[in-house]
Amino acid sequence: MTPLIEAKGLVRIYALRHGPFSRPSFVRAVEDISLSVFPGETLGIVGESGSGKSTLGRMLLGIDPTQGGEVRFEGQPMPRLGTPEWRALRAKMQLVYQDPLAALDRRQTIATQIGEPLDIHRIGPRASRAGRVEELMAAVGLRPDQAGSYPHELSGGQRQRTVIARALAARPKLLVCDEPVSALDVSIQAQVVNMLSDLQEDNGIAMIFISHDLKVVRNLADRVAVMYLGRIVEEASSDVIFQSPRHPYTKALVSSMPIPGKKLEGRVILQGEPPNPAARPSGCAFHPRCPVARDICRTSTPELRQVEKGRTAACHVVADNAAIAA
Amino acid sequence: MASIYPATTQPDARQSAGLLSSIRRNMPLSVGLGILWLVAMVLVAIFADRIRPYGITQMDLTSRLSPPGMLKHLLGTDELGRDVLSRLIQSIRLSLVIAFGATLLSAVFGTALGFAAAQFRGFVEHLVLALADFQAALPFLIISLAVLAFFGSSMVLLVCLMGFYGWERYARIARGLAISAGAQGYAASVVQLGATPARVYLRHILPNVASTLIVSMTLTFPEIILMESGLSFLGLGVQPPATSLGNMVGFGREYLTRAPWIMLAPATVIMFTTLSISLVGDWLRDRLDPTVR
Amino acid sequence: MIRFVLVRVMRAVITILAVMTFAFVVLRMSGDPAEVMLGPDVPQNVIEAFRKSWGLDQPLWIQYLAYLKSIFTGDFGVSMRDKAPALQLVLERVPATLQLTVPALILKLLIGIPAGVYAALHRQSFADRGVILLAILGFTIPSFVMGLVLVLIFSVTLGVLPSGGQETWLHGILPTLTMSVGGVGILARFSRSAMIEVMGQPYIRTASAKGLKWRDVVWGHALPNAAVPIVTIVGFMVGSLIAGAVVVESIFSWPGIGRLLIVSVSNRDLAVVQCILLIVAGTMVVSNLAVDLLYGWLDPRLRSPASH
Repeated sequence: MTPLIEAKGLVRIYALRHGPFSRPSFVRAVEDISLSVFPGETLGIVGESGSGKSTLGRMLLGIDPTQGGEVRFEGQPMPRLGTPEWRALRAKMQLVYQDPLAALDRRQTIATQIGEPLDIHRIGPRASRAGRVEELMAAVGLRPDQAGSYPHELSGGQRQRTVIARALAARPKLLVCDEPVSALDVSIQAQVVNMLSDLQEDNGIAMIFISHDLKVVRNLADRVAVMYLGRIVEEASSDVIFQSPRHPYTKALVSSMPIPGKKLEGRVILQGEPPNPAARPSGCAFHPRCPVARDICRTSTPELRQVEKGRTAACHVVADNAAIAA
Repeated sequence: MASIYPATTQPDARQSAGLLSSIRRNMPLSVGLGILWLVAMVLVAIFADRIRPYGITQMDLTSRLSPPGMLKHLLGTDELGRDVLSRLIQSIRLSLVIAFGATLLSAVFGTALGFAAAQFRGFVEHLVLALADFQAALPFLIISLAVLAFFGSSMVLLVCLMGFYGWERYARIARGLAISAGAQGYAASVVQLGATPARVYLRHILPNVASTLIVSMTLTFPEIILMESGLSFLGLGVQPPATSLGNMVGFGREYLTRAPWIMLAPATVIMFTTLSISLVGDWLRDRLDPTVR
Repeated sequence: MIRFVLVRVMRAVITILAVMTFAFVVLRMSGDPAEVMLGPDVPQNVIEAFRKSWGLDQPLWIQYLAYLKSIFTGDFGVSMRDKAPALQLVLERVPATLQLTVPALILKLLIGIPAGVYAALHRQSFADRGVILLAILGFTIPSFVMGLVLVLIFSVTLGVLPSGGQETWLHGILPTLTMSVGGVGILARFSRSAMIEVMGQPYIRTASAKGLKWRDVVWGHALPNAAVPIVTIVGFMVGSLIAGAVVVESIFSWPGIGRLLIVSVSNRDLAVVQCILLIVAGTMVVSNLAVDLLYGWLDPRLRSPASH
């Protein structure tokens, strides 16, 4: 089976200027990332803030330019941002935002906004579009009488449902969700996540779900990639990663996940400063906080490689252990 | 029956009374008077042909320079015996039409340039800034004098020229708001849906910035009236036989000692009109949009 | 800071170049000065000779380059009408204009700023309302109406002041007054709103809360901060010292730059109009530049490149 979307060696570097006279410092937001997503599959991307996961999501959609590597969608290279080809491709790939209020136009009714992709991409006869909007609203759990509402008249959850309905309007094949529920009340989060999951299953959409919330990702994702300072440090199927994390960073993350009815035991508390992308440590970026770091970790950056069937990791220690086991 | 109807109509009546008193509470007397004056001016401009007692070139040689107050010529006549009231009414229409056309033109032009600067950044943005610098370097009156004198004065040229007045204000506002909308938020999300830039700007950004732009139109409008009347006063704006408020004052100046009413009537109208728009515009700005200077 | 200054100077230079080009384009494209100067009944060979002697027979871009070159060498051409150097004609008129605009500017500053500051410090008082009303009136009355009304009162009715000409200092009173009224209104309104905004800032409340005398709060903290926006508008007024009197000079037959401009414009005297445009733009650009630099000095935040 060919992947729906495939990224190879993606690099994104921001230049930060502190003042008119200082030399700019460079932030390597995304460094040498390769991944692929198959039709209908859900890839979870987890990491702390500043790990580059949002930038990665935008690069996969072609919104942020790549400074190295390439993205291929359905085997074709990603067209440049703003070209007619890029715009046409938006019917097949969509983004769901973290802040739904900012993503909606406060001067248009939600029905108009949900139907906007249909108008933009001229999908179906004009007369049938109202019907499709009703269908979408029902699918995301909005009442028909809310069609004429404006974004500020809705609750946060209803706004996010509107954004999701709009994203689904053109029947995309890929949905990138960037922290779609982190701005919502905890009680609403589960509803929206379940709805997303159902919609994805019913429509066979592939999804890239970006979040710092491991619980949500565990419920939703088939596969999970863990990011630390612009790099993927471990990737495996959701069950494997959460059952037996290998990378010390993943271990720390997973050990901090509360499991109902169980006391938090053996929790790995990370030492040191939280990661700062502007001051990336040498070698393995994680080594200053790593409980098992060795000398080599300070000097040489570990490659992401297969350490067992269905699992890749970027860690000298894990790689050595795998070699011994084999 | 009788008991039902009062019950249903009463809340309505109370509501409308509440609306009226809330208008009275929230709107100073000066603003109310300003609005009344403006409405009157617009009506005069629209129905100029109906309410004008005489033709504007119609001469009554038996009563030249007759003072105001006579029933025959309410505001008196000029040196050729032409009715001042009729000429005033016609002038109001022409001055308002020019000012309105020019305000619209400069709003459209400035907004378009502002959006272009926001969309393309880089070179286009620098070009727009350079244009604004240029305009700031030469007083608008001087530019207009040069252009009108050398190209000859025609209505179309006059409106187009006035249409360059104040464009940089709209450009600055439109550019700022478009950039902030495009950096993140609704504009970026519509781009991400696959919308063309035209759609993003016309369907989404424009409606969102419209109220701010309308407020700055109320600031430009009186300035354009003053600019046009100044030019016409100097003899370079509206040309006879057409008549505008400014050129009435200009011609009336010759008869300042013998017939001051020729000049005072249009001068009063200019003053009250610009004053009204300024008052109403300030009030609107405070209510709608505190961000504009 | 050096970068900031350089960018501003660059922009000023570009603006001057743009004005030069504008003057050239408008004046050369708009008709044949030979016919205008000589009248329609002149034989063809005279027109040819006239064109040749003024360089009007050359291709336009050669005329443009020659024009730029002569300006950079300080040669602003010769008036086609008076046959005198345009620059000299224009400079002769500058003192007359300054005789009106400088006293008017001083009046504006002396009345406008104190009135605005006073109104801001006594908000909602009778004086505040009065200042607002007068300020609005001051800039909604066009200067030609103001001038004519003053003439009507002081020359026609009372007969105490002359209505035109430049013979004595008495002749300057009405034009100066006419010119100041609008500016006083603008300055008063500007200073008032700048002052009100500053007085609402936390540091003013801090200063008065820590026990500073009210007078010291106003003079030491509020006024210097309110000065930033006021400087802009004053800079604009300084920049228009030369060009700001067109209408008033025309009303009062005052032989300054404005009158020269109107006369030259109606005679299509290219060299003189060009020269006036450039001098006006030059003053304006220099004073805008000065304001920008002063601004950067008053408010260091504006020095960063993100200030556009």
